[in-house]
Amino acid sequence: MAGVTLRQVRKSFGSTEVVHGVDVAIADGEFCVLVGPSGCGKSTLLRMIAGLENISAGEIRIGDRIVNQVHPKERDIAMVFQNYALYPHMTVAANMGFSLALRGETKALIAARVRTAAEILGLAPYLERYPRQLSGGQRQRVAMGRAIVRNPQVFLFDEPLSNLDAKLRVAMRTEIKELHQRLKTTTVYVTHDQIEAMTMADKIVVMHDGLVEQIGAPLELYDRPANRFVAGFIGSPAMNFLPARVNGGCISLSSGVDISLPIKAKLEANREVILGIRPEHLEIAADGFAAEVVVIEPTGSETQLFARVGGQEIVAVFRERHEFAPGQHVRLRPRADCAHFFDPSSGQRI
Amino acid sequence: MTGEHGRWRRLRTNRDWLGFWFMLPAAAFLLLFLVYPLGLGIWLSFTDARIGSPGNWIGLENYEWIIGDAKFQTAVFFTLLYTLVASAFKFAIGLYLALLLNQAMPFKAIIRAVVLIPFIVPTVLSAIAFWWIFDPQFSVISWSLKKLGWIQGNINFLGDAWNARWSVIFANVWRGVPFIAISLLAGLQTLPPSLYEAATLDGATRWQMFRYVTYPLLTPIIAVVMTFSVLFTFTDFQLIKVLTNGGPAGSTELMATMSYNTAILGSRIGEGSAVSTAMVPFLLAAIMFSWFGLQRRKWQHGESND
Ligand SMILES: Nc1ncnc2c1ncn2[C@@H]1O[C@H](COP(=O)(O)OP(=O)(O)O)[C@@H](O)[C@H]1O
Ligand SMILES: [Mg+2]
Repeated sequence: MAGVTLRQVRKSFGSTEVVHGVDVAIADGEFCVLVGPSGCGKSTLLRMIAGLENISAGEIRIGDRIVNQVHPKERDIAMVFQNYALYPHMTVAANMGFSLALRGETKALIAARVRTAAEILGLAPYLERYPRQLSGGQRQRVAMGRAIVRNPQVFLFDEPLSNLDAKLRVAMRTEIKELHQRLKTTTVYVTHDQIEAMTMADKIVVMHDGLVEQIGAPLELYDRPANRFVAGFIGSPAMNFLPARVNGGCISLSSGVDISLPIKAKLEANREVILGIRPEHLEIAADGFAAEVVVIEPTGSETQLFARVGGQEIVAVFRERHEFAPGQHVRLRPRADCAHFFDPSSGQRI
Repeated sequence: MTGEHGRWRRLRTNRDWLGFWFMLPAAAFLLLFLVYPLGLGIWLSFTDARIGSPGNWIGLENYEWIIGDAKFQTAVFFTLLYTLVASAFKFAIGLYLALLLNQAMPFKAIIRAVVLIPFIVPTVLSAIAFWWIFDPQFSVISWSLKKLGWIQGNINFLGDAWNARWSVIFANVWRGVPFIAISLLAGLQTLPPSLYEAATLDGATRWQMFRYVTYPLLTPIIAVVMTFSVLFTFTDFQLIKVLTNGGPAGSTELMATMSYNTAILGSRIGEGSAVSTAMVPFLLAAIMFSWFGLQRRKWQHGESND
């Protein structure tokens, strides 16, 4: 097994650069998730690691080896594609054993390796079927089986769950995580779904427009987002952002509402800031600021409240149940230790 | 009166009858333009009809006669040779061109259009062009080879039996390749690129990708295209008619041209019909062969591939 290191990696298609110098170090055995909105260059980065796209500038290492000029098949990596890319004319067993057959392994060895992988993935009864005769989840497993059978240094996944229905996606999430715990193979996993990233990753790389916004463990990103983009991207429902001004001992929202918060030393008086509060960090309290209820959505386990604070919409989530009526006024208070401050112009965390 | 009326209404509105009415125009077309001529041809092959005389039933006499006829035997032999050799070359060249055209390359659109030219030009026109190319005096091929110093005298392309055979086969291949190349190219373009990426990562060489991914996935379309190609080649007429008219000495006579020459030019309609009817078993065999080849493969069965 081996780690993967990206150093100042760039990618241009013609004259447009889509990846602008990415540095990531993925340790041996780590589960690293590249997450970001569609079109931010995640797949491009993954395909450069795989060798399906060449690298315009910078350097990629797998283990100790710089692989910029190494042919994909020599990189000892396996990839699971979004559309699975199973060979439609081959049975499940043949799909999984194809790489070994190309390497000229004996039939007995191929059969044994395929069987082992099939058992891990619960595919044993389907080995003689064709991809068409399988459900989406089963095809997804075959695609993983094809990767496992090769016992590669690195697994690459490109949005492997996005073609599955919501329930299956959750189940497969757990399964992939379990598989990683069992095989401990270095994994780079691409997704646009921050929940997938949060639940599966050892390390998350948040990307935006071809740049890395932040790298860290899931809870690190949640607790200390480095900038407004990460703060808004990680967590669901998304963090509330309120333009505000530091005003003596409290924060004045631009809408005129004052919020009393213990001010951190770093914030000089009268400074413009963006106050970030996660919906789950707002509580009902008599000394809170006033908000007008707009919509209320009970999901059973929690209650989501959409409210208006002087012209601005904010979202709050409560674990306990509340009976609110639209138009009613409630008082909300941010939990003091959970407020985030961002610079209004740069978006960086203060 | 009312009963009659009711029945007529039922005929107009009953679902089964409605289906029948919808089928009627197509069925009439088929009967008029396919079944009738075919039936008439087969009927005539059992008569001694000539132009101007309807003829009498003479049983299998025409068949007995043509089977013993050396000209007929040569025509059958050459029709089979023509079909097999030309189809094989058309397939190989067409597949190669399709693979080539499927690559990323400069001026792709123009090159694709150029490949289609032999298919667009009317057969008779291209046959006339070949006639010049194969001319005993002015052949551009002879001229070039002479300039290169490879040969001394002109090649007698269409005057020698085997030269003429290879020449018409060459012309047929030239004309037939675009159809196959473009059809297979269309097939190639339906194959998802991610399969090739997966194969690359699985460690396949370019040849292995062709052998284990492209070719098997292309077989259904190859079967369709080659069936058509074989049928067209087997029943070819125009090219031979213009280039050699079956000569020299009947060596490039196809069953189709022989049938025409016998029935229309030779005025022996019965015999000519027997020759063309004799093509039917061969065509049926080709269709049966491809029918089994065309059967949906197991991997094509099942629900949709979403
Ligand atoms: N082959 C290509 N040619 C030109 N532009 C491309 C190509 N592949 C991707 N791009 C562009 O690069 C950007 C990143 O794409 P991609 O890596 O697929 O994003 P995602 O993060 O959604 O996986 C997009 O703007 C896309 O349009
Ligand atoms: Mg993508």
